[in-house]
Amino acid sequence: MYFPLTDPWEPGATLGEHLHSRGVSRRDFLQFCGEMGAILGLSSLLTPKLAKALEQLQRPSVIWLSLQECTGCTESALRTSHPTIGDLVLNLISLDYQENLQAAAGSAAESALQQAMKDHHGEYVLIVTGSVPLAEGGIYTTIGGRTARDILEEAAAGAAAVLAVGACAHFGSVQAAAPNPTRAVGVDQIVKDKPVVNIAGCPPIADTITATVVHYLTFGRLPDLDYDHRPLFAYGARIHDQCSRRANFDAGQFVKAFDDEAARKAWCLYEVGCKGPATFSPCPIFQWNGETSWPIGAGHPCLGCTERMFWDTMTPFYQRMPKVSGFGIESTADTIGAALAVGATAGVAAHAVVTGVNRMRHRKEGASGSGGGGPDGGSASHEEDRHGQD
Amino acid sequence: MARTKVVVDPITRIEGHLRIEVQAENGMIADAWASSTQFRGIEIIMNGRDPRDAWAFTQRICGVCTVVHAIASCRAVEDALDITIPPNATIIRNLVHGMQTVQDHVIHFYHLHALDWVDVVSALKADPDRAGQIARSLSPWPNNSGTYFKAVQEKLQKFVSSGQLGIFTNGYWGHPAYKLPPEVNLIAVAHYLEALDWQRDVIRLHTIFGGKNPHPNFLVGGMASAINLDDTGTINAERLSDIKALIDKALVFVEQVYWPDLLAIAGFYKDWASIGGGVPNYLAVGMFPAAGSDFRDIEHLYFPRGIILDNDLTKVVPYDEQKVREEVMHSWYEYQGAPAEGLHPYEGQTVPNYTGPKPPWTFIQDQEKYTWMKAPRYDGKPMEVGPLARMLVAYASGHEGVKALVGEALGKLQVGPAALFSTLGRTAARAIETVLVARKMEDWYDDLVGRIKNGDVATFNDQKWDPSTWPATARGYGYLDAARGALGHWVEIQNGQISRYQCVVPSTWNCSPRDAEGQKGPYEASLVDNHPLVKPDQPIEILRTIHSFDPCMACGVHVLDAEGDLVTTVKVQG
Repeated sequence: MYFPLTDPWEPGATLGEHLHSRGVSRRDFLQFCGEMGAILGLSSLLTPKLAKALEQLQRPSVIWLSLQECTGCTESALRTSHPTIGDLVLNLISLDYQENLQAAAGSAAESALQQAMKDHHGEYVLIVTGSVPLAEGGIYTTIGGRTARDILEEAAAGAAAVLAVGACAHFGSVQAAAPNPTRAVGVDQIVKDKPVVNIAGCPPIADTITATVVHYLTFGRLPDLDYDHRPLFAYGARIHDQCSRRANFDAGQFVKAFDDEAARKAWCLYEVGCKGPATFSPCPIFQWNGETSWPIGAGHPCLGCTERMFWDTMTPFYQRMPKVSGFGIESTADTIGAALAVGATAGVAAHAVVTGVNRMRHRKEGASGSGGGGPDGGSASHEEDRHGQD
Repeated sequence: MARTKVVVDPITRIEGHLRIEVQAENGMIADAWASSTQFRGIEIIMNGRDPRDAWAFTQRICGVCTVVHAIASCRAVEDALDITIPPNATIIRNLVHGMQTVQDHVIHFYHLHALDWVDVVSALKADPDRAGQIARSLSPWPNNSGTYFKAVQEKLQKFVSSGQLGIFTNGYWGHPAYKLPPEVNLIAVAHYLEALDWQRDVIRLHTIFGGKNPHPNFLVGGMASAINLDDTGTINAERLSDIKALIDKALVFVEQVYWPDLLAIAGFYKDWASIGGGVPNYLAVGMFPAAGSDFRDIEHLYFPRGIILDNDLTKVVPYDEQKVREEVMHSWYEYQGAPAEGLHPYEGQTVPNYTGPKPPWTFIQDQEKYTWMKAPRYDGKPMEVGPLARMLVAYASGHEGVKALVGEALGKLQVGPAALFSTLGRTAARAIETVLVARKMEDWYDDLVGRIKNGDVATFNDQKWDPSTWPATARGYGYLDAARGALGHWVEIQNGQISRYQCVVPSTWNCSPRDAEGQKGPYEASLVDNHPLVKPDQPIEILRTIHSFDPCMACGVHVLDAEGDLVTTVKVQG
């Protein structure tokens, strides 16, 4: 992920000077800007503007806090998919604190954190992975003898922007599943005085994290967000509408059991529990690990992991669409398709991102154009249902 | 002379949150405490859920060893429901688990452990041509030219000159404990960077079979990735070719970079072959069942199950699950009416009883209870688990591959077998295992392709998929050796739902606190075994030994039950 040694960026130098000094050609740089613009859903006409903004960047400080979690989100970030792009993007930042990777430990590590917070007060980007356990005064996660909440509040106070990366930072993830023994909560339950961007997923795809950082640095503001504060450029489209198996859904071609003849034809996984119809995620578009595949592409139903409280609202995972409003477990696929089509349009109008997403370089051919339902956004009924179950 | 109290918290370059406290005296460590400072309570969350979902929940215990809990969970449910998975599914799981092990060990060596031995700043003084000569004498790896190392060094120079060191800020550069010549430091820095690229590529094997990494998908009864040579969306010849290329790439890097680097670096740190041994008992539950067998069949595991006691390599003691007990004398739990020797996991209680100081605190070593880890004991003894345990059990069992590589390592380093019981031995055992697993993946791949060629494409057994086919009550267990050591899951199912779930996890064994008899756990014991600490404010020696275990703390996930009801209460941690 982070290549400090290959791309030293001297203080005071702009990104443009930095890239020039390491021999990156103008042509390569513009190509990078075009690809990054595509991920962000920008028109190619904006590429020169993006390039100009990126060139003038100063190297900002990023502080990464790991709280109550499994470290899967850091591992995901380590797997950025395009080596040259990932390398470039991650060198937009000076990663001044990251427990999983940093050389120093104990007090030396803590002093590095304190120094970075002091030197860049009000300017640094705070990335948080992990939840905050509130039960019993926070004793269920301590670092250096301090509670996760204490550490987060201190770091958030001086942050210019806060990115809650992964399901734990988003809403507490698995440890917040009923009955939530440690009272784990997401970052936005603690940090109330500034915007928190939720990079959802268990874990999220690395490119989503990096593109959000680029957006912030380039435009001086966070990307537009959906109702759950997820960036629209990544979470503005429903899996079901981008799915490579959507044509099979519309044709009524369903896997009835794993490894049956339909599974061996890569047909739709709806009947074995796929949560794609209720999940907003870039999985089918960005794909995973260098565009190698994605969960449905590898034959397993979507678990809905970018949705708040999915451990409770999307389970049992292998049951058809449990607890999702608008259609019951016993509904036929046709009924579901019709219901989704009806509820579709409002969300799209509000989000207005499908156009951008459709321009994406890695979009699967035919993924969105095959159905009668058309693209839809998060219908209000989904939200109400989810909140009703919290 | 008064002892100095030292705290290292956070221990960085590990998974999760670990605190180490020691007392130092005359440059040596006199006493040590290991404290896990995170608890998540995942097992109680399992109660009442569909057992087919359990792998996904328990997988999230750890995102670093991201497949091992999922496999252990699938095995436990399959054991309970008497499901036999197809041979292809066993092979695919072996490939996924194998690549996990190889990738994880390489990341551990270069990105988590190397900075304990490699002085990044010293590499600036290296002669790049000399570095090239040294590297070529060790390995045919193509990037072993002086020109290549010169380019790396120039980038490094510019980086250090910038003053913005990022994750290298406040490293212990220049500490007298660093012993590598500048050229070897430069080689290691170059490979640190190369390994970053390598690791994200080879792990794509998980994405092909499981859709993503971290946290690829699994399936009770087999695997969900169907095989059909004549479809675009299944495992076909194109996907198989990709898998083969990834296995080849993994093996080449391990044999031409990791293994030579390990031997070269170890040669400068032979003093660490008599430091940090600690607990003399080693436990392995074994890994990688052959296709057509399963984890319960101890005759067909690639790495065997067994126990070494008192550093005695002449004898492998059979593992008896009934001899496992867990104590909480020094853990933040209480047992009600339990015997002093602790409880077997099946009778386990997990009632949290936090008695530590109110945060923020300064020291915890003067507290009777000081960690969220319980203290597992086998027949009353603390046990080390992990690559060293596996290699020792395999060595003593006569495993040909292990004997050959252990012999090669001992020969090149000119040390005897006793050197294995040490910080250096732990780190070397991990590399030995990596070489063997990377080689074995080629065999599994050939086996898979051969079966497909013969018309066997089954990856899933659906006979017990429907809950109506399940008995009213069932109970089962699943074992495997994870990258960091012996792992077991136990599940109890009643009327289609999980009624009890329990995991015994590697880091529970290794990060165990003291027990009722005062026996230290493996981390603690290793830190007082001939262990130096020259500069308490730069505790590089502590990091060396603790990192040699590859700590993974997120598994501290004990069941929480407010009433202490034994029906739903089980312990777990890791």
